[in-house]
Amino acid sequence: MGTADYSELLWMVSIATCIKLLLVPSYHSTDLEVHRHWMAITSSLPLKEWYEDETSEWTLDYPPLFAWFERLLAIFARRVDPIMVDLVKGLNYSTDTVILFQRSTVIIADCVLYWGLWRFCRKFTAEKQRILCAAVVFSPGLFIVDHIHFQYNGFLLGILLLSLSYLREGRNVTGGFWFAVLVCYKHLFAVAGPVYFVYLLRHYCRGVSWFSNFMRLGLTVISVVGIAFGPFIYYGQMGQLMKRLFPFGRGLCHAYWAPNFWALYNTVDKGLSVVLRKLGKDVRAPKAAMTGGLVGDSSGHAVFPNVTPAVTALLVLLAMLPCLVRIWRRPRRSEIVQWVVYAYTCGYMFGWHVHEKAALHFVVPLSLLIADSVKAAGDFLFVSTVSYYSLFPLLFENREYPIKVPLLLLYEFAMATYLPHYFVNMSPDRVSNSGVESEEPAESTSDKSESSPRSDWTMLSSLQEVELLGTVRKLYLWGLLPVEIYSQFLHPYLFKDRLPFFPLMLVSFYCSVGLFYAWAKQLMACFDQPKPDIHFQI
Amino acid sequence: MGVHELRQKARAAPRKQHGIKVEKAKGSTDAVAVKSDHTVGWAWPYNSRYRSTCFLVLGFAFLLRYLVSLHSYSGAGTPPKFGDYEAQRHWMEITIHTPVEDWYRNTTDNDLTYWGLDYPPLTAYQSFVHGSLIKALEPEAVALHSSRGFESPTSKMLMRWTVLSSDVLLFFPAALWFVSEFYSDYREKQRVWALAMVLLHPALMLIDHGHFQYNCISLGLAIAAAAAVVSKRELWACVFFSLSLNHKQMSAYYAPAFFAHLLGRCFQKNSFFQSIIAVVKLGLTVILTFTVCWWPFLESKETVLQVFSRLAPMQRGIYEDYVANFWCGTAMLFKWKQLFPMGTLAKLALGTTVSACLPSMVHQVYAPSRKGFLYCMLNCSLAFYFFSYQVHEKSVLLPTIPVSLLGVEEPQVLQWFIPFATFSMLPLLLRDGLFLPYLALMSLFFEISKFPHYSFERSVETSNTRLLRKLPTRFIALSVSGAAVLHLMYLGLQPPRRYPFLFEALIMAFTFAHFVLLALYTNWKQWLLPKDTPVKQKVT
Repeated sequence: MGTADYSELLWMVSIATCIKLLLVPSYHSTDLEVHRHWMAITSSLPLKEWYEDETSEWTLDYPPLFAWFERLLAIFARRVDPIMVDLVKGLNYSTDTVILFQRSTVIIADCVLYWGLWRFCRKFTAEKQRILCAAVVFSPGLFIVDHIHFQYNGFLLGILLLSLSYLREGRNVTGGFWFAVLVCYKHLFAVAGPVYFVYLLRHYCRGVSWFSNFMRLGLTVISVVGIAFGPFIYYGQMGQLMKRLFPFGRGLCHAYWAPNFWALYNTVDKGLSVVLRKLGKDVRAPKAAMTGGLVGDSSGHAVFPNVTPAVTALLVLLAMLPCLVRIWRRPRRSEIVQWVVYAYTCGYMFGWHVHEKAALHFVVPLSLLIADSVKAAGDFLFVSTVSYYSLFPLLFENREYPIKVPLLLLYEFAMATYLPHYFVNMSPDRVSNSGVESEEPAESTSDKSESSPRSDWTMLSSLQEVELLGTVRKLYLWGLLPVEIYSQFLHPYLFKDRLPFFPLMLVSFYCSVGLFYAWAKQLMACFDQPKPDIHFQI
Repeated sequence: MGVHELRQKARAAPRKQHGIKVEKAKGSTDAVAVKSDHTVGWAWPYNSRYRSTCFLVLGFAFLLRYLVSLHSYSGAGTPPKFGDYEAQRHWMEITIHTPVEDWYRNTTDNDLTYWGLDYPPLTAYQSFVHGSLIKALEPEAVALHSSRGFESPTSKMLMRWTVLSSDVLLFFPAALWFVSEFYSDYREKQRVWALAMVLLHPALMLIDHGHFQYNCISLGLAIAAAAAVVSKRELWACVFFSLSLNHKQMSAYYAPAFFAHLLGRCFQKNSFFQSIIAVVKLGLTVILTFTVCWWPFLESKETVLQVFSRLAPMQRGIYEDYVANFWCGTAMLFKWKQLFPMGTLAKLALGTTVSACLPSMVHQVYAPSRKGFLYCMLNCSLAFYFFSYQVHEKSVLLPTIPVSLLGVEEPQVLQWFIPFATFSMLPLLLRDGLFLPYLALMSLFFEISKFPHYSFERSVETSNTRLLRKLPTRFIALSVSGAAVLHLMYLGLQPPRRYPFLFEALIMAFTFAHFVLLALYTNWKQWLLPKDTPVKQKVT
């Protein structure tokens, strides 16, 4: 049914690439130097010293495959400018050529994102492809984090999309393979590990040949991990590697609190301590603590109990539990994207030292669900606005202000405009059972209910009936406006240089309320009655 | 596959037929777009309400302009003369610190040899306003004498914002006005596309927000004047065009078109007496606008002449650098500068310019029409670009504006001429360190301009000859590959030592040949227009 015409995706990609080229001279964070230094480490040191080197404070703290990726880039970097990959001379070396080179590596690496995206939606109808591709290709979060701030998230998310596309097709081993690759590129993606584990166990390792399937899958994953980590095990460096990958010495929250559960926790803690001190109780004075980018900072909370990494890990697992149970009982490939998104949301909400950039891990896969139902589209509109907005403090310079605001506004405006049209144009008869082969022949028939799969659509006859957000969420989103005006303009005007962290706290508190709500909604979805497992567009 | 798609087509077909029926029933004056045209591949943004898409185009145009402004500008960090950025900054410095009488005069505070003001009074006032704003925020940036070559990060940002705000406040509304007037009886999709083509014009963005100039003001006013003409508000057209001319003398490229068209309109009146009245009204409006603009300089004949001598710098020669025009293009064959003295050359330039404008002017006097007026604007500005005295590479912006205004009528000309015009400025842009935005904006323009395939259908239907149907595609393929080769040569190869400017000259000759073909085509096209197009009543 699908159209194999990727010219529209190419069209979007070329427009996005033009924007990325224009972004080259914009602000970049220290991550540019981090990645340059990693190129230097991997290209000038032998393998066994990669994770030992301490020439710079930016030590290598991504898993081995990413280090190999840097090694690959270094081959080209050396041709462009040998100083760039010099371990000592290259420190803090950033000429225009270096910036252009590194920026172009990000732009080129994004091809993986587009490959994954194309693989994911190649069988959908043209309309669905169009809206999904636009949602991912023009994501302001990717522009902000990858092409301004500087990182390689697009590339990594591309691998995730690849993995999800295979899982949705029922090619479980390949899906598992790509997920293992992904985790060996960036271990923070391992949060979805439990979901993958339970899903693959129940969906793939069953039936008569459950054991051989299990072995096949296990061998695939183990060989990927073995190739990546094997040499370091051989050198006896696993301890050192783990120390680098999981620096628990860093605080519970990042310097700017990612808008998650702990932002709420901290805010309430600080508020309570101020109130209690006013009442004459003996509590510690609130400090700008619980943060720390580089070194350990363990000054804790004033009223609430301190939080340890183990507690956060436990909470993440606990939050994921309902979803794991559901997958255990009904492993559905049509739902896998949703549960992976949920897993990343849990990791984001309750994880240790979460960076706000991690929001991309769940927003980008979430955008693959927007064409499934009006409800999913509304959820996406809400979550993407809040979490992309929460990325704003990453670009704190005035010069980037007129970039990030139009990027976000244009994107959300376009989404809010065209999504309803998408749903109206998908009139019920077009979406209908027009030769859709049952997508999951392996699924037990009991999953399929008798009710019409189109119940979501038959109601839509006009634009007015497509209510994406609802009053409460609309009001909340409008509330971002005063928050932004206060933190950007009013606060510096009222307080000058005093309380510099308050605006950031306000932003992350406000956003965390919204995201907490969105997380809770996703949690509730774990208890929903399963819908008939049919895909409209395939 | 198969079955489903067939069904889809079967369902879509009646809808499409219905759409055509509606169009036919109401004629081409039908403003109701066929909204459910989602079977057309690229059409998706247009499925939506016209306004929100327009808003997106406007927002995107702003974003692009801002992104270009992050890049380098003319004369960045190159003392002692710097570049156009410094010229504009210097004018701000002069206008806010010296009395009006001295702006165009050599005084102790105003050294005319260092970027002396050589644009008409409106530019001076605009410099005064912008200079005052910058003075309020960062006085050192426009301090008298001491600020030469001042380039602090904040002052750069302030300067960029003066252009950005002028663009948004003047050019954007003018473009919107023009599109809503001229294309009022077109489908909404085509209107959005036309708007995008005017606003995403790569050359204009690069020169204003990269190189650093305020063309958006003079061109915005010229577009507003054109919008007034097509909506038959002749007096407003006079006001806007006079303002445009008073901001930048280069707008004179359009003057013959406005003159001829408005004269032709006056002659269309019922009686001779009414025609005379109409001409007098227009003339008075122009004189009044000019008087207001020149008021501070009207003290005596000397002051007026002083300003005038600044505006027409004859000593600068017939052309500079490598301009893709007649004088420079034929310089390989005739050494014009050596053959004739300056005065003769100036007369020669005047004569050729006028005679090149004449055909399209005559057409507009006899048969003034909305479309014909735009063709006339294009033809006259091309004539000026080819033949007039002292033409700069950047003057190619003037003929590009009518082309982008005519976008839906002549999509192939648009797709082909605007990139070539931008290409003709490549040496200049490369000097400014603007290659990256050049590349990005050119590709963006290609991508966005190929968006609506349906606009070609229309042009094929209306074009009178079969020859034109096949010629352009092959021709475009040929010329695009030629341009690609030239790009590669210019960027990748060292020119031979004997001819250090060989590649510049090649680019110039190549683009000049294209522009000549364009001029021949558009002149011919203008004369093919129906003799008297009745202006359609707007559908509200």
